[in-house]
Amino acid sequence: MKYDFFVTGDPIILMSQIGIGLTMIGLIALITYLKKWTYLWKEWFTTVDHKKIGIMYIIAGVLMFFRGGVDGLMMKAQTSRPGLELLNAQHYDEIFTTHGIVMILFMAMPMLIGIMNVLIPLQIGARDVAFPKLNALSFWSFFVAALLFNISFVIGGSPDAGWTSYFPLAGKEFSPDIGNNYYAIALQISGIGTLATGINFIVTILKMRAPGMKLLKMPMFTWTSLVTSVLIVAAFPILTIALLMMTLDRMFGAHFFTVAAGGDPMLWLNLFWLWGHPEVYIVVLPAFGMFSEVIATFSRKNLFGYVTMVVSIVAIAFLSMLVWVHHFYTMGNSAAVNSVFSITTMMIAIPTGVKIFNWLFTMRKGKIQFSNAMLWSLAFIPCFTIGGVTGVMLAMAAADYQYHNTMFLVAHFHYVLIPGVVFAVFAGLYYWWPKMFGFALNEKIGKWHFWLFVIGFNLTFMPMFFVGLDGMSRRMYTYSESTGWAPWLGFSAVGSLVMAAGFAALVYNLYWSFRYASRDVGSDPWDARTLEWATASPVQEYNFAVIPEVTELDQFWKDKKEGTNKIKKEDIKDIHMPSNSAVPIIMGVAFGIVGFFLVFEMFILSAIFSVGIIACLIANSFDYDDGYHIPAKKVLETERKWRGDL
Amino acid sequence: MASQTSTPLEYSTHQNEMTILGFWIFLGAEIVLFATLFAGYFVLENGVADGPTLKDILMMKDVLIETFLLLTSSFTMGLALHQMRQNNLKGMLIFTVITLLLGAGFMYMEINEFIHYVHEGVTMQTSAFGSALFTLLGTHGVHVTLGIGWVILLIIQLVRRGITPVTSRKFFIVSLYWHFLDVIWIFIFTFVYLKGALM
Repeated sequence: MKYDFFVTGDPIILMSQIGIGLTMIGLIALITYLKKWTYLWKEWFTTVDHKKIGIMYIIAGVLMFFRGGVDGLMMKAQTSRPGLELLNAQHYDEIFTTHGIVMILFMAMPMLIGIMNVLIPLQIGARDVAFPKLNALSFWSFFVAALLFNISFVIGGSPDAGWTSYFPLAGKEFSPDIGNNYYAIALQISGIGTLATGINFIVTILKMRAPGMKLLKMPMFTWTSLVTSVLIVAAFPILTIALLMMTLDRMFGAHFFTVAAGGDPMLWLNLFWLWGHPEVYIVVLPAFGMFSEVIATFSRKNLFGYVTMVVSIVAIAFLSMLVWVHHFYTMGNSAAVNSVFSITTMMIAIPTGVKIFNWLFTMRKGKIQFSNAMLWSLAFIPCFTIGGVTGVMLAMAAADYQYHNTMFLVAHFHYVLIPGVVFAVFAGLYYWWPKMFGFALNEKIGKWHFWLFVIGFNLTFMPMFFVGLDGMSRRMYTYSESTGWAPWLGFSAVGSLVMAAGFAALVYNLYWSFRYASRDVGSDPWDARTLEWATASPVQEYNFAVIPEVTELDQFWKDKKEGTNKIKKEDIKDIHMPSNSAVPIIMGVAFGIVGFFLVFEMFILSAIFSVGIIACLIANSFDYDDGYHIPAKKVLETERKWRGDL
Repeated sequence: MASQTSTPLEYSTHQNEMTILGFWIFLGAEIVLFATLFAGYFVLENGVADGPTLKDILMMKDVLIETFLLLTSSFTMGLALHQMRQNNLKGMLIFTVITLLLGAGFMYMEINEFIHYVHEGVTMQTSAFGSALFTLLGTHGVHVTLGIGWVILLIIQLVRRGITPVTSRKFFIVSLYWHFLDVIWIFIFTFVYLKGALM
């Protein structure tokens, strides 16, 4: 074999290896002891229920948040004092690379796609997504890819060329180790799942809305998810090809990016950011949607400027495809090219600003309730604005020569992505948790979570603006006392610990609420406005006993006010449901095995196992299972349990 | 004829409608995918690194035959679909098998073309031009190969089950896929081969 299989020689990694081994054995033993394998297989692993798939996405996202967070803490520890040697340069490189990829692709994406999965069918009054089995395949390919990516640091070594993996650094010549193979393969596998999700949600939203729900009567979260799905379909195939080129270059000696053989490393940069910039909006748009729902509900008003909101997200999505060059102003473009991209970039601030004002006007004269979900939304606005304004600073090509690749940039995108995505996910979790699980998260522990995290976040990233302006470039693993950065970075390291304490409070909250919170939250604990609250908490497997009719935006609010939110016994009919399927998980595992052998360049083995993928496709093609029906009697029973008056 | 005025069988259920729309969107993603490959090829087509250019190795006659085979297969696929609309299983199968044979002929010619290129000293490893050429053509070829496998699976299902809403939907989708590959080939023929021959 060309590579060392296990990473050796680093005590931290040795401890992780032992830790992972013990955890795996412990988990398997625990599940076997509790005799839960059949339950897991039947209820979760083979499920095609969008709510369960969504919950699995969210669980995976929380785990990945922990992993990416530990990476972040290690970086902060390493740079907390000048000249520290906690991590060597190589290890530091690996950690900032995996931190970026894990946080964007294996934390932000599954969190948002998870919440989209749970909510979209509920918000549009549907019983499932358009293609439930494909949805399960999306999840399993994401999950397997995340596992594959995460074993890299104990088996074979992690990628170390940054999350952007620029060539020539990421090529075989300068990165001969196996790490970047993990990058190329794991991202490819999860990309397949994401593309399928995009297609699935576009069709679901276009074709499965409740009768009467015109496009402009959809809840804002559904709108943002639709636009995000379109962006996924438009952008992810570019990543697919970029990664294919990377794979061919690294494993098969092709020359897409090698200058000596006529290739061009700038091709990678362009393709990467042609995907990478829309990707930022893919994660941030659904987050905007969540804030819109939360702010409207807790201001007790309808959303201000609904139509301008829709126009803004479509404009943002359109512009997001036209700004990719601003990631490399300094890499040899002409002044004219830079000017064009400078202008398109600054134009994005306009629709984004419109949205900020819409949220503010939604709150104006509202009866604001400071619940946890609302607190996160309130904190989002100023923090995100700092991120946005520094973004406009970076958008100016001439000025960018000063900021490019400095900590200023790092501070900027953390100020965009943490308020824009992480705060939104937290707001969304607190808001929709009762709908998902039938109990609310504790508000008091939630306040600890909120204050620790928000203060920690500002402490961590605000100093980075200043060291960045002072010339500290990103990705430096150490620095000398004479730079004068030590106090700032020391502050920043303390801030990261506060933020970690905030995350710990969230985990404790999950535990506490799971054990002790009241199971009697009712179907509509926040007095909310949209259709998902017209179902039971947790939601019945068929979502709606009777598909609602829609005449208004905020239909559920109207129904509540007019007392029309009742269903009639005669309207309940047999409900058609899709059957569970083992094909998605088996296919996901096959993808994982094929991917693993590809990473290690064992092509014969990967070819043998790819027969498994094809076998799954064939099995699926011959599967004519048409699902089953839940009899009306059973539906009536379930409905009576939570409605009482049927 | 009655079969042409009513809703086609493949659109007869809501699930079918959604599946067909989903496939159209997938084809949209495929367009982006191939557009990226074309863009890569245009960037790299002159990066021959002292190796042969496309003009040096091109076999226009073979490419023309390939084009003829694939375009004809698209036509016979259309005829098969027409037979499906007429509810004529036998005619449908005959035209589908002809489509398959034409597709297989195309693949045979294309593999020959690849072998010829390798003999002429252009491989994926020779130059950036070689990498881009083989990746673009190869991705198209892999699509055609998968399409052949897919059609074979559908023939089995058609023989077993006849023309039903489900099989007709599946066949309609595979025909969309097949025509799409034809469209991609027209772009390859124009912007790779014809352009290469002229430059």
